[in-house]
Amino acid sequence: MKEVVLEVKNLKTHFRTRKGIVKAVDGVSFKVHKGETFALVGESGCGKSVTCMTIMGLIGRKKNEVVEGDIFFKGRNITNISKEERRKLRGKNMSIIFQDPMTSLNPVYTVGTQIAEMPIIHEGKSQSKAKEIAVNMLKKVGIPSPDKRVDEYPHQFSGGMRQRGVIGMSLACNPELLIADEPTTALDVTIQAQILELLRKLKEDTESAIIMITHDLGVVAEVSDSVGVMYAGTLVEKALVKELFKKPLHPYTKGLLKSIPKPGSKERLTIIEGQPPDLHNAPKGCKFYPRCSYAMDKCREEMPKLIEIENGHKAACWLNEVNKNGK
Amino acid sequence: MENNILVEVKNLKKYFPVKSGILSRKKNYLKAVDGLNLKIYKGETIGLVGESGCGKSTTGRLILRLLEPTEGKIFFDGKEITDLDKNKLKSMRKDFQMVFQDPYACLNPRLSIKSIIEEPLKTHKYRPSERKKTVKDLLEKVGIPKSYMDRYPHEFSGGQRQRIGIARALALNPKFIVADEPVAALDVSIQAQILNLMSDLQDEYNLTYLFIAHDLSVVQYISDRIGVMYLGSLVELSESQELFDYTIHPYTRALLSAIPIPDPEIEKRQINLEGEIPSPINPPDGCRFHTRCPYAEEICREKRPEFREVKKEHYVACHLAEKFINKQNTEIR
Amino acid sequence: MGEIWYRFRKNKLALFGFSVLLVFIILALAAPIIAPYDPFQMSTGETLQSPNSAHIFGTDQFGRDILSRIIHGTRISFKVGIISVGISLVVGVAMGICAGYFGGWIDIIISRIIDIMFSFPDIFLALVIMAILGTSLTNVMIAIGIVYTPIFARIARGSTLTVKDNAYIEAARSIGVGDLMTIIRHILPNILAPLIVQITLSFGFAIRSEAALSFLGLGVEPDVPSWGIMLNEGKDWMELAWWVSVFPGLAATLAILSFNVLGDGLRDALDPKLKNESE
Repeated sequence: MKEVVLEVKNLKTHFRTRKGIVKAVDGVSFKVHKGETFALVGESGCGKSVTCMTIMGLIGRKKNEVVEGDIFFKGRNITNISKEERRKLRGKNMSIIFQDPMTSLNPVYTVGTQIAEMPIIHEGKSQSKAKEIAVNMLKKVGIPSPDKRVDEYPHQFSGGMRQRGVIGMSLACNPELLIADEPTTALDVTIQAQILELLRKLKEDTESAIIMITHDLGVVAEVSDSVGVMYAGTLVEKALVKELFKKPLHPYTKGLLKSIPKPGSKERLTIIEGQPPDLHNAPKGCKFYPRCSYAMDKCREEMPKLIEIENGHKAACWLNEVNKNGK
Repeated sequence: MENNILVEVKNLKKYFPVKSGILSRKKNYLKAVDGLNLKIYKGETIGLVGESGCGKSTTGRLILRLLEPTEGKIFFDGKEITDLDKNKLKSMRKDFQMVFQDPYACLNPRLSIKSIIEEPLKTHKYRPSERKKTVKDLLEKVGIPKSYMDRYPHEFSGGQRQRIGIARALALNPKFIVADEPVAALDVSIQAQILNLMSDLQDEYNLTYLFIAHDLSVVQYISDRIGVMYLGSLVELSESQELFDYTIHPYTRALLSAIPIPDPEIEKRQINLEGEIPSPINPPDGCRFHTRCPYAEEICREKRPEFREVKKEHYVACHLAEKFINKQNTEIR
Repeated sequence: MGEIWYRFRKNKLALFGFSVLLVFIILALAAPIIAPYDPFQMSTGETLQSPNSAHIFGTDQFGRDILSRIIHGTRISFKVGIISVGISLVVGVAMGICAGYFGGWIDIIISRIIDIMFSFPDIFLALVIMAILGTSLTNVMIAIGIVYTPIFARIARGSTLTVKDNAYIEAARSIGVGDLMTIIRHILPNILAPLIVQITLSFGFAIRSEAALSFLGLGVEPDVPSWGIMLNEGKDWMELAWWVSVFPGLAATLAILSFNVLGDGLRDALDPKLKNESE
């Protein structure tokens, strides 16, 4: 197995609000290896974005934000490092691509200046050297005539181009970890296909570890090596991508896979009844039990742990325990 | 077949004026819809797909007369409605309704659910007792407990709000509903709930849907026929299974191959389109798609292809259509 | 509603403003009962007395009790506030909504009128109107009402433009709801928040303007116990009897300040953008 770039152990991110504590992330653990694309998939409010913002250190500084657990970056615990050390890590060793390319670029600077900023700040490169890097970056992310476009402003780029620019910006310092937060959600299908292709290619070239946050199981299947499925702040299933799609173990994953229309099929969709719980007062036991058709008494009482069921395929469901014992 | 037509659109155009420079006198136009012909049959669901800016939402709004067409004719149930005056239009509105994309913006936050669903009934002068009964029935139909009637929109989740929006659209017992990206803003598990609800309601109320979406898998699931739009006009229209199995237009092929399929075992051959959609302000001459088409020939650059029936009930706007007829799709399966 | 109150309560300054204004309102409503003396009662033997146990704030050059005049002045100030803000609110909001909702040439004409009115310094505009109408309490209220109309018009127009883009407006159209009903049911309730803030702030402006106009001698009739008139009269005795002008001045300052902090507090409480941050 390759080097572990990121390890998250029992991460909890809670927000104190007037209505009580919101357990946005509640005990999440996973590892990401060098050159691996790990997808975090789940519906809105499941905590996938908050997990990554916490890893990046963008959450946890305010009074009402409570972070517990450990985050290891290449073996070093970075959970409680100083603001200054965080800043050094961000952009250089780990960077993030946001969903909306429109707001991640500053409209008053040229795209080139914004890409060059990273090497100047983090690597002390000279202006001219940094610009060279910017041109190379644009070339790498597939922007035609990069030496000209490097001096253009974000509004002169189209949506897809902008997202390429943002990707270029986040890769400028060759980070070991790249977090992509729904990078294609705001884009059209044909452009999405281009960007996914680009991310695949970049991963092969740079060997960066990528965490891909998405709600789209199609995107997961196309780009990732392994997947974590999140529900109401917890990881409910974790597996290699082929395993997950072939043999989903958690009822939520099963339901999710059955509820998406497949191209070329008109079979009536099986639905998961109800909706995700309000995180202010999530159910005591398994968070999925109110919507689960297999729910047992035990599910109401105790939260199942994420345990290995078969070679590397983990799930947090009492049902698997029952099946195992039954064998 | 002809008297089965509910909606017919002939050579529909909508140009929006855009401001060019301050000094320039020349007016530019954004050609959102540029010569669209479409027949919608009673009881069917017709899906309209395309990427952002292709004019699919504008088309829906033009048919409902929420926007005034620049050119062209719209017929509803055999009657031309293109130039209907305000009062006649108001009474016609009972028959065609809309479901919106954004479940948050489509409900007035200051009105209770009851008043929201009641509004169409009030506007069309239904008696109070009748209104009350209808609201209760509708809530039950869309799966919202009656006891929630006096609550306000912010107390509901996205999926529930979309149900409320659907209830409002059904209140006047319409024949035709334009659904503009009704599930695009919803989560996957909720999406399926709404899609199933919509098809159940279609059977019950004998509805005809124009289903607008950018997600081809969603559209093909719910639609009987699918129209694919590119830069303001239809490039392909056919029965939905046929469209998937025997795609003719190169754009449709590319679009189909670009959908991420939730199955990692499938090795797809992806057609990656070069570049991005040209601006609808200055669309390319000839075939609108020729700038990105991998098969483009001389004629495509010069002449705009006609939208013609190449196979039975399979319409395509492509000069080279004959090349692709009956060629089973290999890209996606 | 509970949410708004919760956020408002956390703002101590706004709460202070709110309590001070409550006191002022009680004073205004119950002025004849609370005031120790008749504000018009002259007393030749008691002119220009400094604050003492009989007259806490002293007396003026005619021997009238200053405290009683200030308490009665509260009535005038609040009356001016309510009526003039009422005028600007109704006229301004009607103009603003029409401009924002209908757009086109209606918008162009109304917007130009607003621009022209804005280009005059407000006190100058009020002076001109007062010079034309002549001094009286009614005319002061009309003048101040006109001066603050463009502020409401601009806020209403801006908010209408944002609200108009919401799908529920289009939904109303697709149902067949007419323009007037759309405005009343869908636009107006959704532009209330910024208007409420402006109403509070404008109360302060109106009280200030009335005081300023009266001080300049172009406001209410001289014998009316208005804070501005009292300031005006007191200025001649400044060296001899500071209390004649200082106390009414303090009362006006306190009232205006209270309206301002209340307005700011309401803005923070009602602004949905700050909603998430406070949680």
